[in-house]
Amino acid sequence: MSKGDTKLLKKERLEGFIESLLNDHVVFGPVKKNDLRLLDRIESVNDISLDRGNTMNSAKNALFPQTERLFAYCHGEKVVEIDAPSAEGRGLVLFGVRPCDARGLLLLDKVFGGSLKDPYYCDKREKTVVIGVACDKPDPKCFCLAMGGGPCSAEGSDLLLLDLGDQYLVKAGSPKGKTLLKNKAFQKIDKEALARADLVEKEAEKSMNQAVLAQAAIGEGLEKHLETLFDDPIWDDITESCLGCGICTYLCPTCHCFDILDETGQSTGERIRIWDSCQFPLFTHQASGVNPRPSSKERFRQRIMHKLCYLPQNGNLSGCVGCGRCVTECPVNLDIREVIQKISAREAK
Amino acid sequence: MENPYVPFLMRIENVILETEDRKIKTFVLAFVSEEDRKRFAYVPGQFAEVSVFGKGEAPFGMASTPTIPDHLEFSVSTIGVVTGALHNLKKGDIVGVRGPLGNGYPLDAFKEKNLLLIGGGFGFSTLRSLTNYILHDQNRQAFKNLTIIYGARKPGLLLYKADLAAWGKRHDLNLHLTVDQEADGWKGHVGLVPNITRAVAPSPKNTFAVVCGPPVMMKFTLPVLKDLGFNDEDILFSLEMRMKCGIGKCGRCNVGSKYVCSDGPVFSQSELSKLTGEAHF
Repeated sequence: MSKGDTKLLKKERLEGFIESLLNDHVVFGPVKKNDLRLLDRIESVNDISLDRGNTMNSAKNALFPQTERLFAYCHGEKVVEIDAPSAEGRGLVLFGVRPCDARGLLLLDKVFGGSLKDPYYCDKREKTVVIGVACDKPDPKCFCLAMGGGPCSAEGSDLLLLDLGDQYLVKAGSPKGKTLLKNKAFQKIDKEALARADLVEKEAEKSMNQAVLAQAAIGEGLEKHLETLFDDPIWDDITESCLGCGICTYLCPTCHCFDILDETGQSTGERIRIWDSCQFPLFTHQASGVNPRPSSKERFRQRIMHKLCYLPQNGNLSGCVGCGRCVTECPVNLDIREVIQKISAREAK
Repeated sequence: MENPYVPFLMRIENVILETEDRKIKTFVLAFVSEEDRKRFAYVPGQFAEVSVFGKGEAPFGMASTPTIPDHLEFSVSTIGVVTGALHNLKKGDIVGVRGPLGNGYPLDAFKEKNLLLIGGGFGFSTLRSLTNYILHDQNRQAFKNLTIIYGARKPGLLLYKADLAAWGKRHDLNLHLTVDQEADGWKGHVGLVPNITRAVAPSPKNTFAVVCGPPVMMKFTLPVLKDLGFNDEDILFSLEMRMKCGIGKCGRCNVGSKYVCSDGPVFSQSELSKLTGEAHF
């Protein structure tokens, strides 16, 4: 890492830095709401709560909200007028994003970008700055290392803050981040801080639950292995307890399936998109009555196959970044780490 | 940035009741804006999302041919919320259209080839588009022999009766119509599409088989075509999956590593056989 990519930020200067961003950006940060920690829009730097662990929702909510208006329209007897939205002028700052969620955004970038761009996501994304905060004390449920990420990885963050006690080491993870580092709030890095950062990073990785990591580790060629297991009876075992509630897909930082529908009054209406879930029976239920995924077995298999087989086959990242939300929130403890372990151990027939 | 979610407007010019059970109507749509008409360049086999404002949108293959560029036609079976609302619309009403979407049939690969088109029921709409494209004066000589096998449960459920009558009079195609059971006055074949295919299909040499119909028809037609000696690369299916966005984002039509809406809906059997599980008949 070149020295230009890394700087220091005194803790007492963080507030001022965020205040300066609030002037001309919409800023999201981790806040406490009732009993939950959520990534939500903040009005003041005092709203931010930088506790250990992650927010209940992920960074995807800011760029791909649960409901989003695509356009509004008036529909009269013989006339229809469509009012498509123009892009929001102000840029977004996502502050306090954990490295797993920042990495999840890279996957969403490929889904919503590409040759045919999704303008709602891409317009926001182009004007977004992701300021991650490294997990110097990873949560016991986390397994980002097993999925190819890391608790202090700057992948997906424009800037990543690493807590060194009285100051943050600030790494630039992108050209956008490098430009931001020119801000006067940041100071030159010194050898001592670099050595200290190295130690903190190593400690963070070492402190991660090693048993959990071993369990979830994606072996080489898991995607190929999964292809051979499509018709395997193992899916009956794995999915027996699944209720099909879809909470795993709603909290997942990379799940992105949606539905498009109309909400209307007599002469005006809106076309909106809302999150959908491959775990719901109606997701693939065709009007003719045919449903290619009739039970929770096919639906849960689709979730695993899409994340760990189809997305990598299409040159994208793995669809699991190891944030652990689906593990802790599943009402029947259907644990993706155990699923990966069972799949890896299963001999292809 | 162009917005692929915003439809353009079309006006209903005509509504044709296709079937005796009154469930399928063909909507003839005219472009409201000349700009949209110019922009909407499509090939047979592609589809579009048709909006009924206030109800939502649903995907339909174009039943019309690009050789008649002034109109689009969609055949709609009344079955859900959007299709039910469409059936209640009348001449002069406005609908929204997004598209063209999907890959469509590989017309360049079809050139200098014999074509065997196999359709069943409602799935015949894009094959009608393809047939009318091939039969157009400026296109016919680019393609060799054309054989069409089209089946429905009853004669009264066959679509596009005027087209079928016109095609029946031509000498440059072999038209085989079939129904499931004998019916009064029926002069065509009697039997299921796979069986008729086995009986009347041309030689697989230099021939593409293009299949579009209900999943069960496609499933039983595939082994017949393989028995007849068709290569996997020369057997094309137009797949059906529930679709929404039409541009490979919303995840609904995912089959293996492909999205039916943006990678398809037309796939060769050789592509499908390489895909995981769900794409196999």
